[in-house]
Amino acid sequence: MPILEVQNLSKTYRQMGGETTLAIGDISCKVEPGEFVSFVGPSGCGKTTLLMSIAGLIAPSTGKIIVHGKEVSGPPANLILVFQEFNKSLFAWRSVLGNVRFGLEARGNHSRESANKARSLIELVGLKGFENHYPWELSGGMQQRVAIARALAYEPELLLMDEPFGSLDALTRLELEDTLLKLWEELGTTILFITHDIEEAIYLSDRIWLLSRRPSQIVEELAIDFARPRDQITTRAEARFMGIRNRIYQRINSEGAP
Amino acid sequence: MRESRFNGVLFLIGLLLVWELVAQAELINPLIVPPLSRILRIFAELFWSGHIPLQILASMKRALLGYFLAAAVFIPLGISMGLSQTVYRLFEVVVEMLRPVPPPVMIPVALLFFGLEDEMKIFVIFFSCAWPILLNALDGARNVDRVLLNTARTFGLPQRKIIWNVILPASSPQIMTGLKVSLPIMLILVVISEMVGSTDGIGYFILDSQRRFRIAQMYAGMFALAILGYTLNQVFSLLYKLVMPWHVALMRLRDGS
Repeated sequence: MPILEVQNLSKTYRQMGGETTLAIGDISCKVEPGEFVSFVGPSGCGKTTLLMSIAGLIAPSTGKIIVHGKEVSGPPANLILVFQEFNKSLFAWRSVLGNVRFGLEARGNHSRESANKARSLIELVGLKGFENHYPWELSGGMQQRVAIARALAYEPELLLMDEPFGSLDALTRLELEDTLLKLWEELGTTILFITHDIEEAIYLSDRIWLLSRRPSQIVEELAIDFARPRDQITTRAEARFMGIRNRIYQRINSEGAP
Repeated sequence: MRESRFNGVLFLIGLLLVWELVAQAELINPLIVPPLSRILRIFAELFWSGHIPLQILASMKRALLGYFLAAAVFIPLGISMGLSQTVYRLFEVVVEMLRPVPPPVMIPVALLFFGLEDEMKIFVIFFSCAWPILLNALDGARNVDRVLLNTARTFGLPQRKIIWNVILPASSPQIMTGLKVSLPIMLILVVISEMVGSTDGIGYFILDSQRRFRIAQMYAGMFALAILGYTLNQVFSLLYKLVMPWHVALMRLRDGS
């Protein structure tokens, strides 16, 4: 059974003047447990709207979203959305440890072991020694690591990520990609990832869905079968890697000007 | 920081010295401006005899009751108004009508209801502290970032827990601002209400001393009030640091960079 099923989803926004805009045309897709899948598309193509709908934070206009066999009508249990804006999503009044423990507390786990579990997750995302820092004392990359650890503490079956590395510098981004892959391989969480960085999508994913400009639709599905664990140098150096990248780029460009 | 505080104290001592000199030289009628040394002596006498502390205690009892009642009512109301359009629309007109009313205007009304009792002063203080507390709580709750709220929702928290665990701490700096702004207002209104209708309290003490022409004693009362105001402010800052060390550190970081 797929962990996520999107059936004929569309989303229309009413604008100030009363006119309506179609943000999402008609999207259907399925994600199997344990997969790492990405949506790639030009900016403003409604990617975030799509993810917010799946997370149950906004209601779609038509269509259905089914997470783990249940139709979504509010934020589903077993699902966490990690936002791009880590500086806004973290709790400024809680330490790094406190933020990660929030994920456990949300599950009703206030026990003493929960602190140990939070500590081991903090170590897993590479922040050992920063448990008692406040998030705003850390760099952007470190803050997003905290957000990821907090999400994983909740033990979601499905992790949604909305351009989580979009505002980080290039080197930090590579580091976080590898941390995320390591965690994914270790914990087996299903990940649905959104990015406008084509190479990032190829590097991380099992499958990629290309989205068109507004009203967004899936224009192509690509299976990415590079061996895992992947490596920033050797994987990206494979001849096929550039081939896929160029194909996606051309496809997005030919979808072209609105 | 330390140096500027030191200079401030020096400046205060300088001002007091000028007072003493002016009074000693009788540049101003000494009946109206007695020498500082005499005021301080009387202040010390009244302090050690327990007279001034008793008056302050009577005032503080009323003041803090009104203040905490206002906090207990208007922080939750402000948060509710910030979160719910329905609640906001329900209260908005009443709030905007009452808010511009100068709080002393409520004294005659309160006298009708409560006479000269403590309840009269408590009500006036409650009324005057209400608005800064309410508006700051409202603003704080309304401006909690959407990303933060959506994060809490994606973790499956019910609304009650979101309010308690996310909205309240996120708006706490602004709630504290409202409480801080209300503190001097509380002091002003307790003094005014005691001057209008009371038989004790520091406001009554000051006015009564003036009427009996015990001018040095009047100034001693004013000194006590100044010291009280300063102390309240210091205590508030201390509590702020204890309750929200994270925000103190965050502000320091922002000022530094």
